[in-house]
Amino acid sequence: MIIDTNVYVSRWPFRRLHGDEIPELIAKLRSHDVSQAWTGSFDGVLHEDVAAVNEQLAESCRTLGQGLLIPFGTVNPTLPDWQEDLRRCQENHKMPGIRLHPSYHGYTLDDQRFFDLLRQAVERKMVVQLALNMEDERTQHPLLRVSEVDTAPILRLLPNLPGLRLVIQNRKRKPSGKLLGRLSYHGEVYFDFAMLEGVGGISKFIEEIPGDRVLFGSYYPLFYFESALLKVKESELSKAQRDAIFNGNARLLLEP
Amino acid sequence: MIWDLHVHFSNFKGRTPHEKMANAVKFADRMGIERFMLYLGFPPHPEDPTPEGLTKINNQVLEALQHWHHRAFGFVYLNPNHLEFSLKEFDRCVRDGPMVGVKLWIARKCNTPELDPIVERAASTNAVIFQHTWVKVTGNRPGECSPSEFAELAARHPAIPIICGHTGGDWEHGIRAVRAHKNVSIGIAGSDPTNGFVETAVRELGPERIIYGSDAGGRSFASQLAKVQGANISDEAKKLILGENLKRMLAPILKRKGIEA
Repeated sequence: MIIDTNVYVSRWPFRRLHGDEIPELIAKLRSHDVSQAWTGSFDGVLHEDVAAVNEQLAESCRTLGQGLLIPFGTVNPTLPDWQEDLRRCQENHKMPGIRLHPSYHGYTLDDQRFFDLLRQAVERKMVVQLALNMEDERTQHPLLRVSEVDTAPILRLLPNLPGLRLVIQNRKRKPSGKLLGRLSYHGEVYFDFAMLEGVGGISKFIEEIPGDRVLFGSYYPLFYFESALLKVKESELSKAQRDAIFNGNARLLLEP
Repeated sequence: MIWDLHVHFSNFKGRTPHEKMANAVKFADRMGIERFMLYLGFPPHPEDPTPEGLTKINNQVLEALQHWHHRAFGFVYLNPNHLEFSLKEFDRCVRDGPMVGVKLWIARKCNTPELDPIVERAASTNAVIFQHTWVKVTGNRPGECSPSEFAELAARHPAIPIICGHTGGDWEHGIRAVRAHKNVSIGIAGSDPTNGFVETAVRELGPERIIYGSDAGGRSFASQLAKVQGANISDEAKKLILGENLKRMLAPILKRKGIEA
């Protein structure tokens, strides 16, 4: 049984995808024994009316999700009154967390508004997912080029945000080395491995960070779901480690 | 049957070629890969290697293959900036040695005429020709050719099969660039496992012109296998892409060398 913490619905702006209709997405996830999928919306990447995006996401998950899709709303802290979006995510839509796309929303992690958003998420006991990349910088649309989010400022924020539960998604190169380990040891910071590369990547990853901070994230439907699944197979892991990655770590993270 | 077109030493533990090969085979076993093509020696890989550099790199591959002929084949790394030497190196490693293919990387744009003698020499022994391509919105490196530039090389040699490495990275661009050139197959290794890549390639090129490869160990076998195993295509197409196409392309040179595979 798998808890997939990195799933999207709606349309990727640059191509149609197998799985971008919810029934086929559900069928795919179910075929791989996914019991729960933390689901954001591609619309949250570029749409300005994130309130509408979140409403539609919640409605889609509720009416079509068959109990499998758990909505994670979008909040853009550069927009006026983003606090209301956060409030609606929790109070109206019953979302356990939010998913952020700083590179597409035009802010860096040393921005005071980002800190304020994290602080309010902590107060609301919401999980924060932070998407560092959406695609390879080399293959982005020439008119929409963004860089990988620089995570270095997070380390400075963590001491002031006790209780923060942060999930770093789609990490490619950063954070690397010492910063990676320090993030996971100085705060409740988790990582998925959708964009982790290199042979036996997960085994090497858990040499750098504790195994209980690794979450299964497929980044389906933009990536083939099987990529994440086969990465678990490729790495030499104990049954306990596999179980933790497949579902145990995510289950504990969402527990109140 | 899975044959992998594209494997390097990078990220495989080991101090020697033998140790790295043993680790590569361990991972290949785990992922069900029967054979893989190995090229370039220990990283970092020089972009414009000297003759001495080429010899060293190719010797590392030859050494790695010594005890693993049943699991891997070697491609010789050549540099068209040192054409005469490269032709001799081809003879040493392929014509008179155990290697079965040619790896061309980014030393010189592949549409330049200096590549023609290499292509023709390789074709004379049925060696498989692999040319790296990328088209980066961030900008290619000076000698790094795009799929469109690669297509110029392919057009000059319409009877010679050539592989477009990485399908240009931006595969939507790459597939389009090589579509009209029937002698071109695409290698799908070394890019993100973006949903739809292989389906698009099958639709535009047909499954016979698509070859699975990983670019391991820089990439995982896993993410690259997923492009095929997760694709919404027929089982028959998957078999072709995962191994049968490469095996068919290698068959003439393997027969010439008396190798059963």
